[in-house]
Amino acid sequence: MASGYDRALSVFSPDGHVFQVEYAGEAVKRGTCAVGVKGKDVVVLGCEKRSAMKLQDTRITPSKIGLIDKHVCLAFAGLNADARILVDKARLEAQSHRLNLEDPVTIEYITKYVAGVQQRYTQSGGVRPFGISTLIVGFDKGSTTPRLYQTEPSGIYSAWKANAIGRSSKTVREFLERNYKEDMDREATIRLAIKSLLEVVQTGAKNIEIAIMAPGKPVEMLPVEDIESYVKNIEQEKQEEAAKKKTGRTPGTGTAAILTRSAQEES
Amino acid sequence: MRGPTILKATDDKTRQLNDHTLLAFSGEPGDTVQFAEYIQANSQLYSMRNESELSPSALAHFVRGELASSLRSRNPYSVNLLLGGVDPITNKPSLYWLDYLASLAKVPYAAHGYAQYYCLSLLDKHHNPNISLEEGLRLLKLCSDELKRRLPIDFKGLAVKAVTKDGIKAMPFDEDDKVVRDT
Repeated sequence: MASGYDRALSVFSPDGHVFQVEYAGEAVKRGTCAVGVKGKDVVVLGCEKRSAMKLQDTRITPSKIGLIDKHVCLAFAGLNADARILVDKARLEAQSHRLNLEDPVTIEYITKYVAGVQQRYTQSGGVRPFGISTLIVGFDKGSTTPRLYQTEPSGIYSAWKANAIGRSSKTVREFLERNYKEDMDREATIRLAIKSLLEVVQTGAKNIEIAIMAPGKPVEMLPVEDIESYVKNIEQEKQEEAAKKKTGRTPGTGTAAILTRSAQEES
Repeated sequence: MRGPTILKATDDKTRQLNDHTLLAFSGEPGDTVQFAEYIQANSQLYSMRNESELSPSALAHFVRGELASSLRSRNPYSVNLLLGGVDPITNKPSLYWLDYLASLAKVPYAAHGYAQYYCLSLLDKHHNPNISLEEGLRLLKLCSDELKRRLPIDFKGLAVKAVTKDGIKAMPFDEDDKVVRDT
């Protein structure tokens, strides 16, 4: 090839890595954070919203949470533009499944499909992998068991009780590991999702988006005022806890803020 | 009425396109269901992709387009359709008449097949633009009675569905199954 570059993108490196796929994983880590939490008979998706610029019309800016079918919801972290393509393919498959099988897709089926598409883009020529991870949630037809799956750029998919993807997902996942309880009710599930997001979202309620799914019901996007009241509630609780700790300690130890580089330039 | 053929009485010849639009079909068996479900899937896909529902008029024109391109293909669908809906924004009801030659007409009342020869005159006489649901059902009863009296087949009655601004529901209709002999 005249260009002098190796044009084959998805080939093994000598030590067994496929670099393009790993780079796609890096793109995911630069995307805004998304969490999914399963409760007893509810599943909640939470997203960190990028703060809008002053002149931006937030009402018509697309959301990071999308519907695949009436009973399936998807949130993603990574490149927004890549996600649109993937979501569109999933929606088409969901309707096609309804037409051909007379049944809505199961959550596992559509996850497998999405992961399948992502895998295909790591092994065919002339394309690049999708720079997104997704969380797919919902309820199968006639079932009250909540489902939560994750897909990755490599095409791996996995089932979770609660998980996070995107920026600082490790922090949030560890928070969820510490605080997750079995059989949470609706309130507790929403609270945990918001609380975990607050670990990485500094700006509070206006940069959080919450979608709730319950069996046989359409998806519910939580209004900003409701999120605000949850955030206020959580912050109050945190302060009370901090106050309790303080009384047991000698004053003057370890309250100075540690300055770290801000992560503002990330998307 | 006795004859060598029997109609299936419990066949639902309608498909719901979205919350407020219903498509009724007649024509070649097989073609009808295949085409109606294809339209149903596409209108639902549109709703999912665009987070909004198509209006009855938009759907009617979409269906006409699909029928028109089918007509010019090697094996066209032979399907006649009625599309009724309530616009979710203006709350205005509308009815569209389509046939297998992809004619489209917005009409106040409509019928397909042999039924139209018996019913259109009744509809023409009794229909008015501000007709209520109850009056409409009474008019439909007149039509049903006329068909029972005159159609040269074992007519098993009608399945009736009402499209309102609150959604689509099946209506109880003609359960006593008696023909009114003098109207």
